[in-house]
Amino acid sequence: MSTMVATRDAYGETLAEMGGENEDIVVLDADLSGSTKTGVFAKKFPERFFNMGIAEANMMGTAAGLAAVGKLPFVSTFAIFAAGRAWEQVRQSVAYPRANVKIVATHGGVTVGEDGGSHQSVEDLAIMRAIPNMTVIVPADGVETRSAIRAVAAYKGPVYVRLGRNKVPTIFDNNYRFEIGKGCEMAAGSDMTFVTTGLMTAQALIAADLLKKEGVSARVVHIGTIKPLDGEILLKAARETGAIVTAEEHSVIGGLGGAVAEFLSEHCPTRLKRVGVNDRFGTSGKAEELLKYFGLTPEDLADAAREVLARK
Amino acid sequence: MKATVAALEEKARELRVSIVKTLHKSQSGHTGGSLSAIDMITALYFHKMRHNPADPGWKGRDRFVLCKGHAAPALYAALADAGYFPREDLMMLRRLGSHLQGHPDSKSTPGVEVCTGSLGQGLSMAVGMAMGLKLDKLENRVYALLGDGELQEGQVWEAAMSGAHYRADNLCAFVDVNGLQIDGEVAKVMNVEPIADKFRAFGWNTMEIDGHDMAAILDALDRAETVKGRPTMIVARTVKGKGVPFFENKASYHGVPPSDEELPRALECLGEKS
Repeated sequence: MSTMVATRDAYGETLAEMGGENEDIVVLDADLSGSTKTGVFAKKFPERFFNMGIAEANMMGTAAGLAAVGKLPFVSTFAIFAAGRAWEQVRQSVAYPRANVKIVATHGGVTVGEDGGSHQSVEDLAIMRAIPNMTVIVPADGVETRSAIRAVAAYKGPVYVRLGRNKVPTIFDNNYRFEIGKGCEMAAGSDMTFVTTGLMTAQALIAADLLKKEGVSARVVHIGTIKPLDGEILLKAARETGAIVTAEEHSVIGGLGGAVAEFLSEHCPTRLKRVGVNDRFGTSGKAEELLKYFGLTPEDLADAAREVLARK
Repeated sequence: MKATVAALEEKARELRVSIVKTLHKSQSGHTGGSLSAIDMITALYFHKMRHNPADPGWKGRDRFVLCKGHAAPALYAALADAGYFPREDLMMLRRLGSHLQGHPDSKSTPGVEVCTGSLGQGLSMAVGMAMGLKLDKLENRVYALLGDGELQEGQVWEAAMSGAHYRADNLCAFVDVNGLQIDGEVAKVMNVEPIADKFRAFGWNTMEIDGHDMAAILDALDRAETVKGRPTMIVARTVKGKGVPFFENKASYHGVPPSDEELPRALECLGEKS
């Protein structure tokens, strides 16, 4: 059994490490530092941590102002508030001027669990991806999160990183280096390809094992960067396997599935099935129950694979 | 001091001429709110602020955020006159390919610090700048200019809260209270008064002045520098369209440029031959 780490924990620890290496790093949170794990940084570097209160719009503008005088701001709150509540501030104050602001949103997707639909962001990837200049990243596990946070700190420009609430299996080994815009083949396969992001990559690896027992060779491609999308790895998968199932803990509209459908329908039309939340709001429940409820289990992925294969 | 005031008044008159000519040429843009703000902008760029047009990124500079970004023609007139870019560029305002966007864009225009135009966001950025400069223990000051209609945006009050909370005494903002917004009188559309009382209640140092009285503007800016532990809001009573009587106090001139027929009359009012 692999180790289980919440991506938000990996973020908090990495941020606190980087705080000692780069004095320009400042961190802003909107009264959720215990949950987003920016509190780890706050404890170590209280003078560079700004709690902005429950006021996300102002937090985004303040971060843009800090970036304008040379700081490297990391801004955190739940995905629903970072992307949803403050969307126009992110667009106008952060992305439009290409401000060097890193928005790291935790509690993305339905696995937020008991808090319910009001707090489960299933639209953030779509609305962040639509903004010019914006880079959108969804790590799969703690290892990738650590590497991705360092990569976005080194990159100059606005970034949206989506993290989760719960512990997820570690699927990358410690030598893995995240690169912005690069997908990663996690399992070889020739009959079809799972193109996945976030915690759905671990689900797809299990689904690929299920399918193997039926004699189906499923490839798993992890897309850690939703934008810019790794077209090369998608074209290769489409050409070599001829059938694609995308999977994400997000609406099927506008996120990874949307991005892959846009890309492939222009460049290499391929049989495609999008697995995600089907244009619905979330609901209260335990994370595991919700993955079942919304059809995001390995079994659901295997079903989707069988469906696209049947269309071949 | 008297000589300084007289020189700045003349500079403001010249910039008014520049604004009217620019807007007439572009046939698009915001006349009334540019003319109401220009005396304060003149005081900042030609007297108070430390800045270097030859080196817009100079670390020692003070910062200015035009929160009411639709008054961009006023900012551009000041930047061009100060030497950030050639005056002829003003004639390209709002044209495709011009570095002078309809609303201030830091990516395009030398001397513009941030992107504004979506009302309510500028003060947050100014607070962020002030916090960053304080963190580095720098002496640079941050100035901002809001509109009175803009105060209807809730984010302004989030920013007001945080500016006071983080004791941003290196921040000094104006509200250009010209009393009019696109749909009519601010008091009728959505009353924002009493403005000074509100900012005082939020923990700001406040002053109320006539926003066209150059001596009063300079005095307020000097006094703001002496305040410790809290930011300053200068509530400046102004006249929309100030300087051209037939533009004055008319909401209809919010987003309307001078016509061919109005241009010579407007320039004459400003003591300029067309």
